[in-house]
Amino acid sequence: MLWECPPKLFRMTMIEASGLKKTYRSKSGPVHALAGMDLSVPPGTVKALLGPNGAGKTTVVKVLTTLIRPTEGTAFVDGIDVLANPKAARRIIGVSGQYAAVDENLTGFENLEMVGRLYHLSAREAKRRAQELIEQFELTEAGNRPVKGFSGGMRRRIDLAGALVINPKVLFLDEPTTGLDPRSRLSLWGIIKDLVSDGTTLLLTTQYLEEADQLSDDIAVIDGGRVIAEGTADELKAQIGGHRVVVTLVDPADAGAAREILGRHGDGEATVGTDGRTVEVGVINGPRALQYVLGDLGQAGVELHDAGMRRPSLDDVFLKLTGRHAENTDENVPAEKENAK
Amino acid sequence: MSVLAPENRQARPAPEPGAASMWLSDGWTVTKRNLTKLKRSPDMLVFAVLQPIMFVLLFSQIYGGSIQVQGTDYTQYLMAGIFAQTVIFGSTFSGSAMAQDLKDGIIDRFRTLPMSSSAVLVGRTNSDLVLNGISMLIMMATGFVVGWRVNAPFSSFLAGIGLLLLFSYAFSWVMALLGMSVKSPEVINNASFMILFPLTFISNAFVQSQTLPAPLEAFANWNPVSALVQAARELFGNVGSVPTPDAWPMQNAVPTVLIGAILMLLIFVPLCIRKFASISSR
Repeated sequence: MLWECPPKLFRMTMIEASGLKKTYRSKSGPVHALAGMDLSVPPGTVKALLGPNGAGKTTVVKVLTTLIRPTEGTAFVDGIDVLANPKAARRIIGVSGQYAAVDENLTGFENLEMVGRLYHLSAREAKRRAQELIEQFELTEAGNRPVKGFSGGMRRRIDLAGALVINPKVLFLDEPTTGLDPRSRLSLWGIIKDLVSDGTTLLLTTQYLEEADQLSDDIAVIDGGRVIAEGTADELKAQIGGHRVVVTLVDPADAGAAREILGRHGDGEATVGTDGRTVEVGVINGPRALQYVLGDLGQAGVELHDAGMRRPSLDDVFLKLTGRHAENTDENVPAEKENAK
Repeated sequence: MSVLAPENRQARPAPEPGAASMWLSDGWTVTKRNLTKLKRSPDMLVFAVLQPIMFVLLFSQIYGGSIQVQGTDYTQYLMAGIFAQTVIFGSTFSGSAMAQDLKDGIIDRFRTLPMSSSAVLVGRTNSDLVLNGISMLIMMATGFVVGWRVNAPFSSFLAGIGLLLLFSYAFSWVMALLGMSVKSPEVINNASFMILFPLTFISNAFVQSQTLPAPLEAFANWNPVSALVQAARELFGNVGSVPTPDAWPMQNAVPTVLIGAILMLLIFVPLCIRKFASISSR
């Protein structure tokens, strides 16, 4: 009896953007933050936008959450035209940004209560919901003290809780774990996974392949303001090989020989790092390839400092798709350094 | 089934209040947030409480002995000037606070909520009006202690306070627009100091404009700060027999301030609302 369902249930996409362009003027000419981005997220699924800093991740989230207007293109959230009717869109979305947008001088509870009031919950309902979120997010200690004194992880949790005050139909998380320590990152991942299992539609941006892998159904790799590859984490990894075999040479003079040997067992060309002594290649069966590589290197008399396997990273995906390193984009290097602290 | 889940999960659909009640309730929510913030940041309270006391005491007790105003006692002459200077500087807080909220990303949070589009600005200017009101009370109390007296009917006294607060409220909107247009809150603090400090001193706030060199005297007579000070002085009955300069704004100080404040509101409220609809951090 499909025809009895309200038409809304037939909606195949919860987030739909097409041909989004955003051009900023700058002294050195126009900057294309978005250069024709298309996105489509089915209801109840999680899409990760994976890309380095400056790829346009935050810009597209800002367009979809009514914060900025694109130069060109259309954007719909749950069938609502975001550009024509931003207020209607705001009633059904929840947003948590890269920089926790919480008021430092308010307590965790007051922050959430304020957000509830601004979603036009009644005073009583806003209080009740704030309390519920405080407990759910294990923020009890932050509940009654100004946010000022709390760690980055705690602020992010309050910010995320703010995005969930109304149980939004569509949730946007812009780099939810950038700059967090591994423990806070894991804890946030747990929270996000719970949310998603409830059926919320989520658009997530991240610089970490692992994060996209952990949290999303589908990944869009973006670069230069457009989507350059799309698929599940497995599909993307299959494109770049399952693992990477990495060896570090004692003598850079062996680089040529090592490259030839790694290439023999790898899925594609081996590359030599900028230091001249790190050689690596993508492989399909990691452990077996590593055994063969070590055997052949031993026979060729190549001495090693180090050898091992690692999982592919955003940088590997990028190298494969664009032929250049993700780190080469300007702002990425300082950001990475900061995260390492 | 997972396709249906999001529809079912909207357990609490956001109600849609009428525009007017939404404007009131959102404006109040943001005002409350700003006032709570004020209560918890001691530096702002010091600014609002101690600085006015300091200025009243400094000018009346220290400079007062050396500055002669013909026609009245210096403390009587001085108070309107300090009121005006303090509320004008108080209004600059609207600018730095908007810039700070923008920088902190709170504005982004507000702009993704289905709230009234002017509520953040209304809340900002409202709470700065409260701050200025508190400063006024403290300055008046301090003034009474050092001998300041109102020589006018009570209604005129209230009108004086009202005029000072109206002007500062209107000026808050000017500052809010600036706050949304600059890159960091520090710019507002520095710029307002550089501009407002001379503006309030090259006026009749602390000395008679007649005592200034001719070019500065002309400037002081046409300076809007002077009009505000002159108007407050008249309404508080503190003019005594001090001659009023011939310039039109000095002769018609109260209308000048009223017209100025209303013009500021008419121009800057719409500009602020328009600007707010397109701002976002970074």
